[in-house]
Amino acid sequence: MAKPEHSTDPPAQLRRLKLLAISSTGGHWVQLLRLAPAWDGCDVTYATATEDFRARVAELAAQRGQPAPRYMLFTDANRQQKARLVRQMLEVALILLKVRPDVIITTGASAGYFAIRLGKLMGARCCWLDSIANAAELSLSGQKAGPHADLFLTQWPELARPGGPQYRGAVL
Amino acid sequence: MIFLTIGTQEPFDRLVKAVDGWAGAHSMPVFGQLGALKPESYRPVNFAFEQFLGADVYQEKLDACQMLVAHAGMGSIISALTRSKPILIMPRRASLGEHRNEHQLATAHKFRDRPGVHVAFEEGDVGGLIDRLLRADSTTWVSDLPHEASPELIAALRFFIHTRSRAL
Repeated sequence: MAKPEHSTDPPAQLRRLKLLAISSTGGHWVQLLRLAPAWDGCDVTYATATEDFRARVAELAAQRGQPAPRYMLFTDANRQQKARLVRQMLEVALILLKVRPDVIITTGASAGYFAIRLGKLMGARCCWLDSIANAAELSLSGQKAGPHADLFLTQWPELARPGGPQYRGAVL
Repeated sequence: MIFLTIGTQEPFDRLVKAVDGWAGAHSMPVFGQLGALKPESYRPVNFAFEQFLGADVYQEKLDACQMLVAHAGMGSIISALTRSKPILIMPRRASLGEHRNEHQLATAHKFRDRPGVHVAFEEGDVGGLIDRLLRADSTTWVSDLPHEASPELIAALRFFIHTRSRAL
């Protein structure tokens, strides 16, 4: 998507890529952090549903000689909590408006789905990495988000399909 | 100390009861992180527990424990493997209302052969497996799990991030 006329951002080619790494907490987050070396050199923002890992991501970046990442929060929600899901979607939208990421990478779940659907509207390139927990079939959120992602990955070779998710390795 | 961790979303009474029964008959201390308990959820009587742990306390328990007992969640499994702690997992069953689908059963089957990971498919297997794992000399096993994803996956993501075109 073209930058609006009033934007003061330099074009993407002249600055560090803005990358948003987003997931819910628990297993999705543990997996997301194992991908961190992939975004060395980017201007990184992490988003998750707890304050707990703010220091951890700063430490992780410092260990790799990277500048401290931004850290943003959204409301935790599961599939049954419709009101919280709506709130989470609005918060993810606000994060996207603040960060304006060039690239979005997510391991799930609902927040990752929202980030991909909304991020695509804003012109971001998006990657969905389905959780390694989904060994027999893709996650429900992966089935919904994957077709909208620019890069759609599964962590199990037997779940890769032509036109569907690709297998390009796993978090462990 | 044995660290029991069952995620934050749903109670897992079958596993908590099994570990509580074991703890009542053994002197080894157990600490549990039991997630969002419902009023009718089982509460252990033989060991201390919290529903939620902050990241720091979770790490402390992880470092201090001799082994983990957990639901078959990837957060628990990866946390154990990265610290070379043996882990006994029991899959939550959607058929028993313990999760949304049977993915933990698939996880248990996929990871049962990985060194350091042990599976109790039924609650009746939990106590015996804890005994067996505690008898085994855990110092002989050191996880070879690196601290990051596979080089292939990191490379694929790096290529994706830095290739500013949509066609891949």
